[in-house]
Amino acid sequence: MRKSKKIFWLFLAPCLITFCIAVVIPTLTGIYYSFTDWDGLHANCDFVFLNNYISAVRDIYFQNAFVFTFKFVIITVIAVNVVAFAAAMLVTQNIKGNNLFRSIFFMPNLVGGVLVGFAWQFIFCDVFDSIGEILGINWLCDWLSTKSTGFWGLVILVVWQMSGYMMLIYIAQIQNIPENLLESARIDGASSFQCFWKIKLPLMMPAFTIGLFLTLTNCFKLYDQNLTLTGGGPAKATEMLTMDICNTAFSRNMYGMAQAKGIIFLIVVALITVSQLMFTKSKEVEM
Amino acid sequence: MQRKKIISKTVIILCCIMLAAFFIFPILLLFINSFKSLKEIYMSVLQLPETMNLDNYISAFKELDYLNAIKNSLIVTCTVTAANVICCSMAAWVLVRYKTKTSKLIFTIFSVAVLVPFQCVMLPLLAEMGKLNMINMPGLMLVNLGFGSSMSIILFHGFMKNVPVELEEAAAIDGASQPRIFFTIVLPLIKGIAVTVAILNVMSLWNDYLLPSLTINRSGTQTLPLRTYLFFGAYTKKWNLGSAALVMAIIPVIIFYVLCQKHIIKGVTEGAVKG
Repeated sequence: MRKSKKIFWLFLAPCLITFCIAVVIPTLTGIYYSFTDWDGLHANCDFVFLNNYISAVRDIYFQNAFVFTFKFVIITVIAVNVVAFAAAMLVTQNIKGNNLFRSIFFMPNLVGGVLVGFAWQFIFCDVFDSIGEILGINWLCDWLSTKSTGFWGLVILVVWQMSGYMMLIYIAQIQNIPENLLESARIDGASSFQCFWKIKLPLMMPAFTIGLFLTLTNCFKLYDQNLTLTGGGPAKATEMLTMDICNTAFSRNMYGMAQAKGIIFLIVVALITVSQLMFTKSKEVEM
Repeated sequence: MQRKKIISKTVIILCCIMLAAFFIFPILLLFINSFKSLKEIYMSVLQLPETMNLDNYISAFKELDYLNAIKNSLIVTCTVTAANVICCSMAAWVLVRYKTKTSKLIFTIFSVAVLVPFQCVMLPLLAEMGKLNMINMPGLMLVNLGFGSSMSIILFHGFMKNVPVELEEAAAIDGASQPRIFFTIVLPLIKGIAVTVAILNVMSLWNDYLLPSLTINRSGTQTLPLRTYLFFGAYTKKWNLGSAALVMAIIPVIIFYVLCQKHIIKGVTEGAVKG
């Protein structure tokens, strides 16, 4: 087939141009700005070497957000995947109405982060309060007003929202497991526990690779839900990294430092997700 | 044996129902409370409303600037999704069919860019958009197109690798030009993945908050998530209006879900597995 260079660039142009404007140029200028005393507006700024990075690492809010984000990511990734996996196992058991259950479990995923945050604010503040009062359970009252209730509130919210999505991925993988493989294992006398542990689970690894990757990136990048559920409060105790970066720039007006935090954030997220991909990929088995 | 089976089925169904209750109850409670007055909500959030009062909806409808917000959200979502599907399928096609070093390099850059979080490029992007005077709707749409392109190109690329090239070669021998080959032969073949890409785009664009909040400064052009946020800024703790506003903001999503549930579920699964 005759292939002209003109067509190649012509077909690529709309994507490439907007992609450069939205991603490539800001990434490169962002790296440059992170080494300067940039004020967010003007391009002429002085080089300050690693000062932004040093002050970012020393910044107490950044440290707190870092610890908070890591704790949140670890617990949420585990919780989301456990719930999703359990839900996937339940709805693939050939029971009545499993399609309906599937639809219900997935539905929260479509609702935007801003709405979900406000909705759960109502649940945690008003509904939990009144249930706590009626049943006389103290720990149900005053949610979101302390650091730990804010933390667990966010975890519950994200489990509620994200599990359905991961469930779909696990369902697709479970349905990919050939029935004859399980059949022959059963004939060989494998118990259903062994079938699950020795056959289903290893063959599920590709789904875990994707599921973990998606939950990891989504949890790290979480912003809307954090903003609308607790707003980082009380007293910035529940701020995640994304929100800290925004606040450093927009309310503290320290653009250079905010940009340095952004670059650190990029490196950390990239390192963690890439090593996760490599690790779980190595555990996948060939059929 | 039979009895054991029945018991285990009942246990599974019970587990499903409990899980379903967890997924439904926040929205159900919002719905119930959206008909109550503020006084009724303070008395008890769990009771059913005494009357089906639509006052909350009427005020929230006005305050949200509901129809206008929906219109703006629709404009952004539909335009960007359509542009994304067309542009990215074109780009992915040439990236698959031209096996040059440049094409490989460009595809690698697109793939790596998926890892870049928005917060990392946000500040320089805003400065750049301000300088180019690309704020409000046009700027928002342009930047969204650029942001969405990585993921869509990866999906199209993965799918097109398996589309046989012979059909295109035959058409080329018959004298069809490359744009014609793409639009008449390739595009119909990739309909399935195009729907997937479109669904994924719609889901992320419709719910996007941060980028619109930073780029849209003209009142009247705010999208629905943005309006909802502003609404709650003005009416904190007024949950009678708040719950009505939330229910109204969720309605379009529910309609979308009911109408194209099959495509959504297929799209989400495919998007995740292939991406």
